[in-house]
Amino acid sequence: MAKDKITTSNSKPIAMLKVLNPFHIWALGVGIVLVGEFMGWNFTVGKGGAYASLIACWVIGLLYTCVAMIDSEVTSTVAAAGGQYTQAKHIVGPLMAFNVGLYLVMAYTMLCAADALVVGDLMKSGAEVMGYANLDTKPFVVLTVAFLAWLNYRGVFATLTLNLVITFLAFASLIVLFLSVDPLHQGVVLQHQALLTDLPYGWIGVVAALQFGMWYYLGIEGTCQAAEEVRSAGRSIPLGTMGGMMTLLVAATITWFVATGLMPWQYLGQAVTPMYDAATLLGSSQLQLMLFVATAFAAIASANGCINDASRAWFSLGRDRYMPVFFGAIHPKYRTPYRSVLFLVPIAISFAFTGLLDQVITFSILSGLLGYTFMTFNMIKFRKMWPLGSIHRGYIHPFHPIPAITLLTLCCATYFATFLGYGASLLSIMAFYILASIWFVLRRYKFVKRADQFTMPWPRPKGY
Amino acid sequence: MNKNYTPPKQGMFGQIFDTILVLVLVYASLMVPLLFKAEAKAEAAAASASAHVQVSWQSLGQNEIQQQQWVKLGYDPEKAATLINSRFDYTIDPLMLIITILVVAGYFIFMLKVSDKQYREVIKEKFDNK
Repeated sequence: MAKDKITTSNSKPIAMLKVLNPFHIWALGVGIVLVGEFMGWNFTVGKGGAYASLIACWVIGLLYTCVAMIDSEVTSTVAAAGGQYTQAKHIVGPLMAFNVGLYLVMAYTMLCAADALVVGDLMKSGAEVMGYANLDTKPFVVLTVAFLAWLNYRGVFATLTLNLVITFLAFASLIVLFLSVDPLHQGVVLQHQALLTDLPYGWIGVVAALQFGMWYYLGIEGTCQAAEEVRSAGRSIPLGTMGGMMTLLVAATITWFVATGLMPWQYLGQAVTPMYDAATLLGSSQLQLMLFVATAFAAIASANGCINDASRAWFSLGRDRYMPVFFGAIHPKYRTPYRSVLFLVPIAISFAFTGLLDQVITFSILSGLLGYTFMTFNMIKFRKMWPLGSIHRGYIHPFHPIPAITLLTLCCATYFATFLGYGASLLSIMAFYILASIWFVLRRYKFVKRADQFTMPWPRPKGY
Repeated sequence: MNKNYTPPKQGMFGQIFDTILVLVLVYASLMVPLLFKAEAKAEAAAASASAHVQVSWQSLGQNEIQQQQWVKLGYDPEKAATLINSRFDYTIDPLMLIITILVVAGYFIFMLKVSDKQYREVIKEKFDNK
């Protein structure tokens, strides 16, 4: 079966190409997330007001800094496709790994669907400006996913080089927008004194805002998926991930500062394309065009990174027989997990066409949150089972276990925020993961080769 | 020395069935919340609130700068009222909160316990059955 097909004639397994550098890792992480600065983050404003959004931006920024610190240490040590999934397999156990694999696939596939919808909606808005009303968005959604899947099928280097270029341009557009609002002089363009209000819902609104606060950074942890394709995982993953986190903290703060200084919070809290609206308010057609293109670039970069990450996670599940082994194949010429890439195309498109964007986004956010919760006890176990000095680590994060404890505390607060806004969805999504876990234990685990689940050249873990 | 576990080979039909099953579960979990219509509550409350308000920029509590920005965005007081009066309902149902905590905590406890058992099998085969 696929196992046979992933070996060459002289029986050497085909591996993925090691061609990426820290800039590609930055582009993968920031590329997935940056669309969240162009849209989505502003729902935090609707949930609790402008100040609540800023608090959520920094509190969730702290959550993701902990994620990046933990991820950098573990991934630079467990350098394999699948990222957190492979970490779970080596540190916690098969059922956890299966769940983490599913979190990754669901979070990225659903985010990809949302990104493709954004591209479609942008095309419709652009067509309206040019006098063509009621443009059908569906062909653009299909075209976006299909083109990016083709790119992913053909090779990771071209895929992430494209991401590097368009992500940089999208980020640069935010800087240009920031400079064009005369940020040092209040009352000239920006009107924070008149537009900022107290917390409209009090502190409960601040907590509620944490859920969509994840949009500022959701997906940065995807850098780990490229661990098997970077030239030096121990150097590239920490550099790319921490550099990406710094970029996003800057972008998130700029975004908040510009948008809240131009729009009443009640409008901003529900706007579909707030940064494009900001450019429109400034009355410059060049800025409007720049933000239109940048928003499209950000959405495409995000969808591109999501296809890359989701396919690696699905491929890893197949390679280890947690899911059908058919998906564990690597293309003999392009060295990509091509079957997983192709399989996820209709899935992403079908998610986009369900008409349940709220549900799809909540599923994506909650899957990410479950993954971050896993990282907390994964990190604690990792240091306990292989203390410092017992194995080679590419990077050692400081202040352990403070980042893990902080991360767990912030995850609990974000679960509560999700409960406040989407309680029924939270239970429904948990039901999915519980049923999938029971199914794995009762049916899938019998297909898993036990000893093959531990491939790192490490000594026996302490306590086992 | 114990012999390593040899898993059965899965046929194509079984692989297709397993893949479809996971997809069915995903779609079902996307659809189920629609039955509860929980998220519709906030919108309904907002709609009823806006229906009873006499709308002018003053009654909506908008200062001069806010009014200017609303107008630039293409909104008049009637149109803006729906957004301004929209309110989320953050009332906490203690029973639902307890159920949610139990579900999330129970899920992780179950997963860690079963994973630990499976992990011991992996380590045993890897290090004891060489």
